[in-house]
Amino acid sequence: MNKPINRPVAQTELEQAERRWQAAFEASPGAARRAVNRSGFEVKPLYTPQDWPGERYLETLGFPGEYPHTRGIYPSMHRGRSWTQRQLIGLGVPEDYNARLKALLAHGASAVSLIPCNSVFRGYDADEVPEELLGTCGTVVNTVDDMARALADIPIDRISCALNDPSPFTLLALVLAVAKRRGIAWTKISGTSNQSDCISHFVANHMFFRLALPGARRVLVDHIAFCNAQVPGWNPLSVVGQHMQQAGATPAEAMAFTLASAIQYAEDCQARGMDPDSFLPRFTFFFDISVSFFEEIAKFRAGRRLWAKIARERFGAKDPKAWRFKFHGQTSGVDLTRQQPLNNIARVAVQAMAGIFGGLQSLHTDSYDEVLSVPTAEAARIAVATQNVLREEAQLTEVIDPLGGSYYLESLTDQMQAHIESIIARIDAAGGMYQAVEQGLVQRMIGDSAFAFQKRVERGEQTIVGVNAYQTEEDPDAYSVLEYPQRERIAAQLARLAEYKAQRLNAPVASALDALARAAQGSANVMASVVAAAEAGATHGEICACLRRELGFGQPLAIV
Amino acid sequence: MAEQRPPKVIVTKIGFDGHDRGSRVVAAYLRDAGMEVVYTPPWQEIAAVVKLATEEDADVIGVSSLATDHRLVPKLMAALRSAGLEDVRVIVGGIVPPKDERLLLEAGVARVFHPGGALGDIADAVRALTHERRR
Repeated sequence: MNKPINRPVAQTELEQAERRWQAAFEASPGAARRAVNRSGFEVKPLYTPQDWPGERYLETLGFPGEYPHTRGIYPSMHRGRSWTQRQLIGLGVPEDYNARLKALLAHGASAVSLIPCNSVFRGYDADEVPEELLGTCGTVVNTVDDMARALADIPIDRISCALNDPSPFTLLALVLAVAKRRGIAWTKISGTSNQSDCISHFVANHMFFRLALPGARRVLVDHIAFCNAQVPGWNPLSVVGQHMQQAGATPAEAMAFTLASAIQYAEDCQARGMDPDSFLPRFTFFFDISVSFFEEIAKFRAGRRLWAKIARERFGAKDPKAWRFKFHGQTSGVDLTRQQPLNNIARVAVQAMAGIFGGLQSLHTDSYDEVLSVPTAEAARIAVATQNVLREEAQLTEVIDPLGGSYYLESLTDQMQAHIESIIARIDAAGGMYQAVEQGLVQRMIGDSAFAFQKRVERGEQTIVGVNAYQTEEDPDAYSVLEYPQRERIAAQLARLAEYKAQRLNAPVASALDALARAAQGSANVMASVVAAAEAGATHGEICACLRRELGFGQPLAIV
Repeated sequence: MAEQRPPKVIVTKIGFDGHDRGSRVVAAYLRDAGMEVVYTPPWQEIAAVVKLATEEDADVIGVSSLATDHRLVPKLMAALRSAGLEDVRVIVGGIVPPKDERLLLEAGVARVFHPGGALGDIADAVRALTHERRR
């Protein structure tokens, strides 16, 4: 039974107590210090039921696995099953990659992730580019033979593969060709095209695209339709906030731009006549996790709640799977310091905890030496071990959403959501994410935030240990860095590419590339033709060259 | 005092990498510091940078590199020399391992800046190198 007569008294007592504390706090040292988080929100010294009364629990938080998913997308979250340990790997030639992958799987990694060489990102084969850049920060993979060597002995029917593979998704095509060689049905292949979000690459970091934006936009929808039909265990889309936050966006901005991009892609799929209940369950997300601990957790909880609402209300999705905000998190490289690099191990642990409490589905932890070079084997092992310690020793996973109900975190989650929604409204007003990007709106916001953060560091308002405080003299040669691939290995890789081209049957390659060009000119599914071309023996560079001719070459939309 | 034309600096990225937070922040800072900044998007060809330096009569070229594109800088130095632009000073900023830094300095690069460096130091270096070039 309610006893309404007691409530005003309790309120008054609470208010009196809060005023008492406020007076005592203001008389304490440091009370005048203002605190602001990276998203620009003022942070109070204490949060109480006045900030978050905890009303409407079912509506705002609910239970894990139930709408609005604030506390997690699955009923059991990490209590039931660990997040996937998916470490990014990319170095040297396919054999170098395969050796590093096997070592990390032996240490506790539980999924495959492939970063190709930058020449591959740009859409070229190894024989088209300066040798100095081959295999220096990604693996040279141009042919189905290369992919077979990269994935030698890896059970791709049982382990999920994430590919840093922008449009036109040649790496997935090569994986599918390898699967066919091994007699593995494509329905057994699982994983993610984790660089398929073309918008994020055009506005930030400019890494993962090969085609001009309109062509990339069309090929992405082809890719989603192809995978939904042919490779149903594959996530064709990963909407990426990571690039924008690494490029300078605040956590709130990065989440807002990501959701606005996801809205754009969902609208593009709808415009093709696809049903949200069929394509949304395979939408995934990929975020940066900065060291701003509570802010990151609030970002993920707010984003998850908002996406469930967008999927259900804006797109009318009825299948609860379509509301799930599945995301991969990567600890922030920008937070790492070249100074006193071993300190980065501590930063990565804090970032990873923020991701875990934020409810991620898979995690990459950075190696401490990523600010010095491509990770050495030992640093990569420590990054995996960091996840093992958090999962096995720290008892972080027993309770689902353990920080839920914290006055601070819930208040911050609400504030984060309101701010994200206001940015999405600006992008909607600009005509959607493509328009906002073409107008430079998103790039300007990211650039302004990057510059503002750097100025805070330079003014000493943001302390960075070892950089603007607690500095020490250091020997630049004190830490080993990864050596570049030996010239002979690169020469051997180039020789193999030449041999591959000389030995294959050229007629089927030519006819597959011709079919690809025709698909691009018309309205047939381009991705289906990319896969057919890879199966016929076409190289990555040949497929990209064909589509560059038909759809135009992408240029970064970069402004200062 | 006779009015000095401000330093003119090209801020660019050559090669394949697209991570441009560093180049954008440095360009914005140098511009705020009163310099004339010619900013290029990533992925520039060496020949395009040399052409730009000629057309703009740049004092300094700043090359930003996150993902090993600095390995192309010796080729840029050679191309500048062939174009008769040996007086244009080149600085590099980004993730440059110590061994590579020595190679770049031997190739004629004036300064290499690393993550965590102060923007003010980059501006000071650009001013000093401009002064040297114009002397």
